[in-house]
Amino acid sequence: MIEIRFHGRGGQGMVTASQVLATAAIMEGKYAQAFPEFGPERRGAPVKAYLRIDDRPIYKREPVVEPDVVVVGDQSLFVSENPLEGIKGNGILVVNGAYKAPVKTYYVDATSLALKLLGKAIVNTAMIGAVVKATGVVGLETALAALNKYFSGKIYELNAQLVKVAFDQTKEL
Amino acid sequence: MTAAAAIQKAKAALALTSNYAVAYAVKAADVDVVAVYPITPQTTIVEKIAEFVDDGELNADLIHVESEHSAMSAVVGAAAAGARVFTATSSQGLELMHEVLHIASGLRLPVVMAVPARAISAPISIHGDYSDVMNTRDTGWITYIASSAQEVYDTVIQAYKVAETTLLPVMVSYDGFLMSHTTEPVELNDEEAVKRFLPRRERPNVLRPEKPITMGAFAMPDWYYEIKYQVQEALASSLKTIEEVDAEYGKAFGRSYGIIQTYRMEDADYAVIAYGGAAFGNAREAVDVARERGIRAGAIRLRVWRPFPADRLLKQLAGVKAFAVIDRAIAFGSPGGGPAFIDVATALYMGGMDVPGLSVIHGIGQRSMYVEDFVKVFEMLKDGERNKVVYMGLRL
Repeated sequence: MIEIRFHGRGGQGMVTASQVLATAAIMEGKYAQAFPEFGPERRGAPVKAYLRIDDRPIYKREPVVEPDVVVVGDQSLFVSENPLEGIKGNGILVVNGAYKAPVKTYYVDATSLALKLLGKAIVNTAMIGAVVKATGVVGLETALAALNKYFSGKIYELNAQLVKVAFDQTKEL
Repeated sequence: MTAAAAIQKAKAALALTSNYAVAYAVKAADVDVVAVYPITPQTTIVEKIAEFVDDGELNADLIHVESEHSAMSAVVGAAAAGARVFTATSSQGLELMHEVLHIASGLRLPVVMAVPARAISAPISIHGDYSDVMNTRDTGWITYIASSAQEVYDTVIQAYKVAETTLLPVMVSYDGFLMSHTTEPVELNDEEAVKRFLPRRERPNVLRPEKPITMGAFAMPDWYYEIKYQVQEALASSLKTIEEVDAEYGKAFGRSYGIIQTYRMEDADYAVIAYGGAAFGNAREAVDVARERGIRAGAIRLRVWRPFPADRLLKQLAGVKAFAVIDRAIAFGSPGGGPAFIDVATALYMGGMDVPGLSVIHGIGQRSMYVEDFVKVFEMLKDGERNKVVYMGLRL
């Protein structure tokens, strides 16, 4: 089982990112479970989302406490909380912008890419591209097909482009 | 099922939340009337149904009502007129429709309702627990508590057959947020096959101009008692129908669940009894961990809460040294702590059995429940802790 924990701020779309990746995993014939940890539902508040992917049915429904992968959409969260809490020794951090962490780290400048392509700092789809590049947990094509189940038309086209550009630009630190 | 077969099976699955799974089941059941009133975490069910109606995928009348009291009243009226009906609510909404819940069962109307379970005010909480569902205990409704989005989908379809066979209203509940908003795989049935599974049939209690009957009449002390006793009898005998419908559904669609679900109970010394997705899912995982630590652990899930499956449960408890019940609701001021514990204790007493138990309250207002918490319950049972109420996860 792969366990991923997403940290973002309300309005960044990290919950949707977890759902799109769960959908992609299910489309690839795997079992998946994605759920948000709702605090106060408002823009800017810290938000967590959990994603589990496995080849077998998933029964456990606790928050992800020992993640294989931590995804951080906003570096200011490193000040207010500890997104790396409980991460496995061989765990991976996928972060918006270069950030020096004591684990293997992949980064992409998701905010700049989102501003350029969408005109808004909604980084979730860029982070989907980064997670796919860093972990290979689902295929890029499947991730795009899953994205198309959540967005359509021009919004899908722009976000799909953002996923692809972010995938290309994600680097290991 | 082999892993390869499981993967093959999952390939046909959609990624849905439990709320969307309900909407797809309602569409497959070809429901005629849906009463709609929003409340978190239920709202996305009726949003999705409204989409189906708007897209012409479901030919139903969507009634926008002004409260949950009206929502239940509207589906009671529509069911009395012979329609197949649906509504959904949570928390305060379920409280507000409470008096009409009794009317649905008293009039013997096959209303089906989904309830993603949520905590009750005050203080205000949008998060999940089972306080709302447990408050409907004595309303005469058949009540399922499902544990996965797939089971939610399957159970809503089964619910129509059970309701229309027993002439009782049926509630399908599940964890608010921890299931209602969790994306997971759901395999959908062929809708034509669902229509064959749910044929329209004549009911005796339908208002027809050509054959007038009276519904909701005044009952004097010489008849009221008998009519309410019939509800009690219908509920008791509904377990058989629930089981038969589940078996028939299994034959038609390849998935069935039983009335209670067990995990590694064959040789268990200690049993944890739970309901819902998070409590049972984590208890099930804890069984494996506890067994690795040398405790012969097992888990039992109450899939049907009303009528209470006492006989089936007692068979499972016959060989255990002690049990614990995990309740995600508080029965305030009661001697047992949680509502399900009270029923398990009563079932043991009525069955003449003496098995010691622990009443565990957890997951209140969606306080996080961890697998390790449930392992701790098994360790407490092994260490001889008995006959008390444990408030797990509480900060003191």
